[in-house]
Amino acid sequence: MTQASDDRSGESRGGLNRPPLPIPRALRDAAIAAAIAFGLFAVMVGLRTEVSPTGALVLRQRWAEVAMLCGIVFAGRLALTLWLGRRALRPTTAPGPWAVRLQQAGRFFAPALLAAALVLPIVSGGDRYLLDLGILVLTYVMLGWGLNIVVGLAGLLDLGYVAFYGIGAYSYALLSTHFGLSFWIGLPLAGIMAAFWGVLLGFPVLRLRGDYLAIVTLAFGEIIRVVLNNWVSLTGGPNGVSGIPRPSFFGLPFSMSGEPDTFAGFFGLEPSPSHRVIFLYYLILGLALLTNWVTIRLRRQPLGRAWEALREDEIACRALGINVTVTKLSAFALGAMFGGFAGAFFATRQAFVSPESFTFIESAIILAIVVLGGLGSQVGVAVAALVMIGGFELFRDLGEYRMLVFGGVMVVIMILRPRGLVGTRTPSVALGEKRAIGGDLVGEGRG
Amino acid sequence: MTPLLDIDCLSAGYGAVQALSDVSLQVMSGEIVTLIGANGAGKSSLLMSICGDPKPRAGRIRLTGEDITGAPTHAIMRRGVAQSPEGRRIFPRMTVRENLLMGAEALTREDPAAQLEQVFTLFPRLKERLAQRGGTLSGGEQQMLAIGRALMSKPRLLLLDEPSLGLAPLVAKLIFGAIRRLNAETGLTVLLVEQNAFQALRLAHRGYVLVNGRITMEGSGAALLARPEIREAYLGGHG
Repeated sequence: MTQASDDRSGESRGGLNRPPLPIPRALRDAAIAAAIAFGLFAVMVGLRTEVSPTGALVLRQRWAEVAMLCGIVFAGRLALTLWLGRRALRPTTAPGPWAVRLQQAGRFFAPALLAAALVLPIVSGGDRYLLDLGILVLTYVMLGWGLNIVVGLAGLLDLGYVAFYGIGAYSYALLSTHFGLSFWIGLPLAGIMAAFWGVLLGFPVLRLRGDYLAIVTLAFGEIIRVVLNNWVSLTGGPNGVSGIPRPSFFGLPFSMSGEPDTFAGFFGLEPSPSHRVIFLYYLILGLALLTNWVTIRLRRQPLGRAWEALREDEIACRALGINVTVTKLSAFALGAMFGGFAGAFFATRQAFVSPESFTFIESAIILAIVVLGGLGSQVGVAVAALVMIGGFELFRDLGEYRMLVFGGVMVVIMILRPRGLVGTRTPSVALGEKRAIGGDLVGEGRG
Repeated sequence: MTPLLDIDCLSAGYGAVQALSDVSLQVMSGEIVTLIGANGAGKSSLLMSICGDPKPRAGRIRLTGEDITGAPTHAIMRRGVAQSPEGRRIFPRMTVRENLLMGAEALTREDPAAQLEQVFTLFPRLKERLAQRGGTLSGGEQQMLAIGRALMSKPRLLLLDEPSLGLAPLVAKLIFGAIRRLNAETGLTVLLVEQNAFQALRLAHRGYVLVNGRITMEGSGAALLARPEIREAYLGGHG
């Protein structure tokens, strides 16, 4: 490369290298941001329809709140431009201080997170709320890890992942209520069923990529939901399937009777409803860890590397003799299978399934977890699930502002860490020193 | 003697566009054969067609006498064909080592260590860059990686699509030197597509000229270089 082109690329790299904005221009910039905020907040916050005691709709105006929000945007924007403008950033190929710190912390972080997950039921002292939240978070961790195979590793944008979750849930629900199959037989069957549908979805979309693939998978998710909703003779339609048997502890039911053939009786424990919750907690933890283990193992093997190569460049994969069909279908099938497992768990935990649980918003949340966590990163996905699902619960007191905080957090994460919380990809083979280079410097493969 | 690659009256195209018409071409074992032609003449289409994508509409492609016409791409590559595609197409987020392993894994069950060594003797630079991500290499290094990756499957026939594309003349010379050495030392058969006709014809034993999807001329590299119409059309007309 010549010196001249080096200089040019250096300048374009340091996009943040612009000279500090003079105060008047910064003020104008902030005023524009505030004006945009006004445009948004005026209708979203400023005007509110309420039902008056007489039953008529009245329009309440809240301009004080709008003024306050616009003021916050103005001040925030001003602070941001002045702060960013002042900081001299020099282009470098080394990972940013954030990435290095995260990488160092990551070595202890993942085991610490796992240890915390393992001891939670003991520490919480059977606190029902905390355990239920834990189960919910872990369900999304598992779904995130499952979708991570398809989106993060194989690079196939799937907007209908919830369909496999639903297929797994209904498979177990119907098998157990009609044929009396136990959870431990129903679980693998639900996984196989979901994987089968994963392959079925995979075939027609083999030639699609990116946006087009996203649209077809989105439609697939909707088709499954609509079928579940309308095939009343099989699925019960909007009424769903109820009376799904609860899981037993390898044949010992959780019952309050304390008989010797129940869990509490067999182990000589005081019968307690929290036994089942704790068991469910460890069950979903185990299933999630299984997903994680399989993914980590596969990443080091030819199939997993082929998935990643497929994400980077499909044509190059063909040129290397990789069977693209098999590689894509296996990613769909495996991702769907773990979705199916999670679905079966969901069914047995709720004892009731209905199409309402499998709407598009679920797919969107799972995808958001994968993207926020950093495509392809296992720890990142777990943290993102914890933040998204757990954090959403934390802000319950904020009431109607909860969605605002939720959206705000997502925007902030994407601005600060555009490649997700853990954006650097760990090589699957390494010899000697690992020379880390910031993932943000390497172009994303697009086919 | 049966040619390693024997293309007989091949026609292929994309949709309504006919990219290749009645192309016949032979590559003997141990040869470097080059295919030159202007932009859009069908050079890359021919290489892709050998790999089964697009599938031929008419004609036959044989590999040491074995008919591979219409076979799926991965099956063709499994029979000892490797391609370093146009624009290099290395995997940017994967390390150099992972890139190289991708070349071996799909096709052989053997230990890739020996092949890795061969690639490193050809391109020592890659050994220094093993843990670096593909996307952070320079253009020349990426080309070395693309060729090295193709060599990992121990091919009988190496298809090279524009290896000098976008490289500084000095680096291009280095790449051509490596191809020559590879052919001389291991007897590897190479089918080379190039826009840099001068370099390609000097390197190749034989050459074909492709115009609008048809072969218009063939002959030894030196003979084609001496033809005035070649000099006129592809070498800038000087000299």
